[in-house]
Amino acid sequence: MAYSDKVIDHYNNPRNVGSFPKEAPGVGTGLVGAPECGDVMKLQIKVNVDTGVIEDARFKTFGCGSAIASSSLATEWLKGKSVDEAAKIKNTDIVNELKLPPVKIHCSVLAEDAIKAALADYRGKWGKKEAAAGAAAS
Amino acid sequence: MALKFPIFMDSHSTTAVDPRVLEAMLPYFTEKFGHPGSRNHPFGWEAEAAADKAREQVARLISARDPKEVVFTSGGTEAINLAIKGVAEMYREKGTHIVTTAIEQRAGLDVCKRLERQGYQVTYLPVGPDGLVDVEEVRKAITDKTILISVMFANNEIGTIQPIAEIGKLAKEKGIIFHTDATQAVGKIPVDVEAMGIDLLSTTAHMIYGPKGVGALYVRRKNPRVRIAPMIDGGGHERGMRSGTVPVPLVVGFGKAAEICGAVMAEEGARLRALRDKLQDKILSSLDEAYLNGHPEKRLPHNLNISFAYVEGESVLMGLNKEAALASGSACTSATLEPSYVIAALGVGAELAHSSIRFGLHRFTTEEEVEYVGDRTVQVVTRLREMSPLYELAKEGVDLKSIQWKAS
Repeated sequence: MAYSDKVIDHYNNPRNVGSFPKEAPGVGTGLVGAPECGDVMKLQIKVNVDTGVIEDARFKTFGCGSAIASSSLATEWLKGKSVDEAAKIKNTDIVNELKLPPVKIHCSVLAEDAIKAALADYRGKWGKKEAAAGAAAS
Repeated sequence: MALKFPIFMDSHSTTAVDPRVLEAMLPYFTEKFGHPGSRNHPFGWEAEAAADKAREQVARLISARDPKEVVFTSGGTEAINLAIKGVAEMYREKGTHIVTTAIEQRAGLDVCKRLERQGYQVTYLPVGPDGLVDVEEVRKAITDKTILISVMFANNEIGTIQPIAEIGKLAKEKGIIFHTDATQAVGKIPVDVEAMGIDLLSTTAHMIYGPKGVGALYVRRKNPRVRIAPMIDGGGHERGMRSGTVPVPLVVGFGKAAEICGAVMAEEGARLRALRDKLQDKILSSLDEAYLNGHPEKRLPHNLNISFAYVEGESVLMGLNKEAALASGSACTSATLEPSYVIAALGVGAELAHSSIRFGLHRFTTEEEVEYVGDRTVQVVTRLREMSPLYELAKEGVDLKSIQWKAS
């Protein structure tokens, strides 16, 4: 199968590979997939708890080139978005951007799941503080 | 010598036609184009003589007693279909049970599955962690309804060589027909249908530097005389077992390829084994948690299959694909989107099946190519591990099996 130029670019030059300490302030972690299925994504966001804006993102992925590209692209898109805006990223956006063929759509689904899991983890850990900060600001 | 890219190291899928083979074939496309069945003119005689010579060359490579025992087919898949279905149909009155293994090539498994739907019973024997079938398990699986034992000679993914002579002996003792899919073994290691008690043997030309589109089924004529029902009806070619005009240029190429393999086998095998061992040592000594799949000794000299824990196979191939052509047992590289059932049958876990890479050396592989592919594989795996969450977790001491994975 031939890969799109964008998939190849993300595979060769993955953006934001790495990890944040899980318990660091404002960090939300999503870990989705399963080793026996052949893909696992870890996606992390670092949110400014005062503004609710994602200031940084990191990923690590075990999976095919399209899975790596999907998660790399997701971290690029997450940076600078608010937590609420980030929740609106859809797998179809990733499919369109990377021109993924039908057999690779599950890679984009996994990336969307990873975003959601990271946001949920963030909200569980830091959401209250964000609300408190929001209340204090108003 | 300068390296030429991409480097082909996928010889379990196919091989290049040897230039000597092509040269032998060429006249049979143009000036010597006769039909071997034309009995009444020189064009036919010439074609028949050429096909007969090829039959002898193939027979000699597998130590068949009589060239008439070689039935030309369109390839390995057809030979396997003809062998298993042919016996099943011919001996249905006698019994409806077949013994085979879980790691047969797709054709063997799919034929057996079809026969099951038609009322036959099939036992799929498991293999050990080294990929070997236990002869005692074969013995235990045999019932009074067993009409066929079908066990591949050498596996197409892990190269493991089965105890064929022992199974042949058992089959003879029990009076059961023994078929082996030898597409990966013929021409690479000694295959002797007489000494090994093989009754039916499937093989193909394109795995031994011959052309695609031709193969053969060896059908024993004596001790015992094996009969098979034909799958293709027509002019009664190939002693009625495979109708259809014999493709003389392809068959001539097959014969020439078989002759060359017979002449160079010992030397070529030793050379490829040394190169393979070098590749294996380079990779295993440079990387932690890289595991050899298959039996360390009882395997084809040109085969190497390694699982690289924590990285997925297709991503490794992608890192190499402008430079080297390899294969993986990863689901993403298979037509069925399932990870390799062969690696999974070794009991290593599906995650290591996704992580397996197969290297297939061949006649035209050079030492420089081996060095290059070895180095690049290590680099690519190392880079991918740096981006692998599983490698990170493992390095932190987390047992990956303790994690509740959420598969989507």
